[in-house]
Amino acid sequence: MTQQKELTLQGLTTILKAAAGADEEVDLEGDILDVEFADLGYDSLALMETGSRIERQFGVRLNEATVLSATTPRAFLAVVNESLAQAA
Amino acid sequence: MNRRVVITGIGVLAPGGVGTKAFWNLLVEGRTATRRISFFDASPFRSQVAAQVDFDAELQGLTPQQIRRMDRATQFAVVTAREAVADSGMEFAELDPPRTGVTVGSAVGATMGLDQEYRVVSDGGRRWLVDHEYAVPHLYGHLVPSSMAAEVAWAVGAEGPTTVVSTGCTSGLDAVGYARDLILEGSADVMVAGATDAPISPITVACFDAIKATTPRNDDPEHASRPFDNNRNGFVLGEGSAIFVLEDLEHARKRGAHLFAEIAGFASRCNAFHMTGLRPDGREMAEAIRVALHEAHMRPEDIDYINAHGSGTKQNDRHETAAFKRALGEHAYRTPVSSIKSMIGHSLGAIGSLEIAASALAIEHGVVPPTANLHEPDPECDLDYVPLIAREQRTDTVLSVGSGFGGFQSAMVLTRPERAQR
Amino acid sequence: MSSATVVTGIGVTAPNGLGTDAYWSATLRGQSGIGPLTRFEPQQYPARLAGEVSGFTAEDYLPNRLIPQTDHMTRMALVAADWALADAGVVAEQLPEFSMGVITAASAGGFEFGQRELEALWSRGGQYVSAYQSFAWFYAVNTGQISIRNGMRGPSGVVVSDQAGGLDAVAQARRQLRKGVGLVVSGGVDGCLCPWGWVAQLASGRLSRSDDPDRAYLPFDAEAAGHVPGEGGAILVLEDAEFARQRGAGRSYGEIVGYAATFDPKPGSGRPAGLRRAIELALADAGIRVQEVDAVFADAAAVPELDGIEAEAITEVFRPGGVAVTAPKTMTGRLYAGGGPLDLVAALLSIRDRVLPPTINVTLAPQYEIDLVTGTPRKAAVDVALVIARGHGGFNSVMVLRGGP
Repeated sequence: MTQQKELTLQGLTTILKAAAGADEEVDLEGDILDVEFADLGYDSLALMETGSRIERQFGVRLNEATVLSATTPRAFLAVVNESLAQAA
Repeated sequence: MNRRVVITGIGVLAPGGVGTKAFWNLLVEGRTATRRISFFDASPFRSQVAAQVDFDAELQGLTPQQIRRMDRATQFAVVTAREAVADSGMEFAELDPPRTGVTVGSAVGATMGLDQEYRVVSDGGRRWLVDHEYAVPHLYGHLVPSSMAAEVAWAVGAEGPTTVVSTGCTSGLDAVGYARDLILEGSADVMVAGATDAPISPITVACFDAIKATTPRNDDPEHASRPFDNNRNGFVLGEGSAIFVLEDLEHARKRGAHLFAEIAGFASRCNAFHMTGLRPDGREMAEAIRVALHEAHMRPEDIDYINAHGSGTKQNDRHETAAFKRALGEHAYRTPVSSIKSMIGHSLGAIGSLEIAASALAIEHGVVPPTANLHEPDPECDLDYVPLIAREQRTDTVLSVGSGFGGFQSAMVLTRPERAQR
Repeated sequence: MSSATVVTGIGVTAPNGLGTDAYWSATLRGQSGIGPLTRFEPQQYPARLAGEVSGFTAEDYLPNRLIPQTDHMTRMALVAADWALADAGVVAEQLPEFSMGVITAASAGGFEFGQRELEALWSRGGQYVSAYQSFAWFYAVNTGQISIRNGMRGPSGVVVSDQAGGLDAVAQARRQLRKGVGLVVSGGVDGCLCPWGWVAQLASGRLSRSDDPDRAYLPFDAEAAGHVPGEGGAILVLEDAEFARQRGAGRSYGEIVGYAATFDPKPGSGRPAGLRRAIELALADAGIRVQEVDAVFADAAAVPELDGIEAEAITEVFRPGGVAVTAPKTMTGRLYAGGGPLDLVAALLSIRDRVLPPTINVTLAPQYEIDLVTGTPRKAAVDVALVIARGHGGFNSVMVLRGGP
């Protein structure tokens, strides 16, 4: 289990792609921090799978309700990194 | 040739008591059969509650060989099929094998058996190249769930059209709808049809955990299934089976059979939206209801009771509430709606047939079963959901609906048989 | 309203050819797709040959988002559906959404996907199970995914009756068309070529243990000793003839004119097997006389007892040698839910091209009095063809096809 302090945007997109693939119409390398996940082609299942991979990889528990309420990468990263900080 | 299809026999295995009578008593008393899972150690899982059937295969008359080769869900189906035939008053000898068919609905087939046997041949998940030397001889029957229909056909002596219908959580409605079509078109006079599922197994619990569809209300299992309640947070897994004897009305009349209900209309539609998600407007379910009513030559005002899908997920409860309003208009507000999943959980493919059984019995007894655990309705669910206590009410016509992964939306109209004889 | 059910589009993923043309030309050449298993290391198992679909790269055809949530056989089904719709000239967005349905057959669902998740569960724990497991392995998955991809909201369904199921699905599609639906995407694409699926198939006791691809699957041969399993199948676009005409569809491949299904009596009951009755009922349903049938596409179990039952049923109905019989599945292996639909395709193309594909590698055993097309294709004016599909446990389904007007 990797103990990392912080999940970066690049780390998140890597996990998203592995978990749920990537929409051909979307450039995940672009400026997507504030783009809605729905517009990036990701639904709630994709985010649940991503969340569960993050939990396994970082050895943390994410709060279900707050993860599901995060609709952009910025909000999602904030939730994850807050949990990581608390776990540290 | 205007054929009509009636239910003349009912066999039920449900959580909370064995047999049709125990099932109906539980429902009208508003008791719940949801408990902590006891089949395996559920403590590592997010959701640890389920509604289990108190089932002893040997007591139910299955032979040791049948018990060995059949998955639990198949055992359920065989037991309830025999019970349905006995209930229909038909002697096995009266059945004309070529004119008798079988349709068994199941969402997940022999999942329990597959989960158990996989552990053995893979040595606890350690071998990708699983070991055939440890495979049980009946493993093929687990692989392909048509074995369920085969076992039922053998048990009742059917040699007409036989199949499994597997449309996720609408399987129980769709299997009966399929069988009805076979009678209507003249391919069979009698169909032994219904559904079964026994999914309470680690792989099923884990896969619903992964999408947070099942409730984590582990500290209060008896009140964990809360359709339409503001404090609901997912469904409770269940298991069981209901199988019916369906007959052409003339065939049933000739032998003086007791008629429980006519299946007056049925339709299914697909939302083509998402494998697990529902469109909030309920359009496809409303369309299925509209077509089922049309087939039954009925208007929305004819519906006396709606047996809802009512799984107890926020998404579902709002989706179908919208569908009822869309299909029935103002009449939706005047019609009692209830979910028996509040009491016996959600047995995936089987539940649709258990709900048909409840609907037929509501007509028979003039009682509408309640929605248990409904104390504080979701403000967005503003229909009459018959909270907590069953309601005595003459019930001539019932609408039963289902909704399933894959986008399936099904609706069936059941009606009092005297009405069918107009 | 017309009651004719016509086939207007075909999509094929078969072990001996990807795409209808590749499949059909290979089939007429007698070219087999059966070979050593490559999907996993088969050395330790007593059966080691399969009909794998080679050269199929899902990423070339499907959105990347669909890949993590689908089993191999679902990806092939989605692509076959795309091809069938393109072949029919259907642009789904231009047709009323409730007028189109999807009804497919399944046998074991997404079993390879399921094996990975079972492995994750038991070797690492429940939290390692995929969010997609809840539908990627279940039997309804292909119907659900095809309906979503194409926006089809009409009546949909899934039937499971082992290898008979593919015909049962098409028959259910015909029922829906007769009720007023315009178009149904139907058929089946199947496969569970993973170790867990393989071990479960071995338990049937019906897999050939030969290592010689040319001697492994020999229906109606004195050396018949089981079958070779394969993967793939066919998706068909079925339409009400009037609906097809109104949307301006081109030619149809032919018409589904008859169908029946029966179930065998419980073993040991002494009652006769149900196949003959299914053939007779299907012909009666079609209103077609025995002598009008030009070809029979056999189920071809390659289990001596089952071959005997099938040969006898054909002989009883059509008289000894009274109809040409063939089994092109000797080139693909048995495809379970995909098998019946692929045979429907072979039958329709035989009608179109006036030629019957051969049953390869087989020398007809003397006890079977059927006119088996062996060796090379046979020129024949085929107008009416009858397809037989049987499922493990006693399922018998029969479908009758006729060339388009």
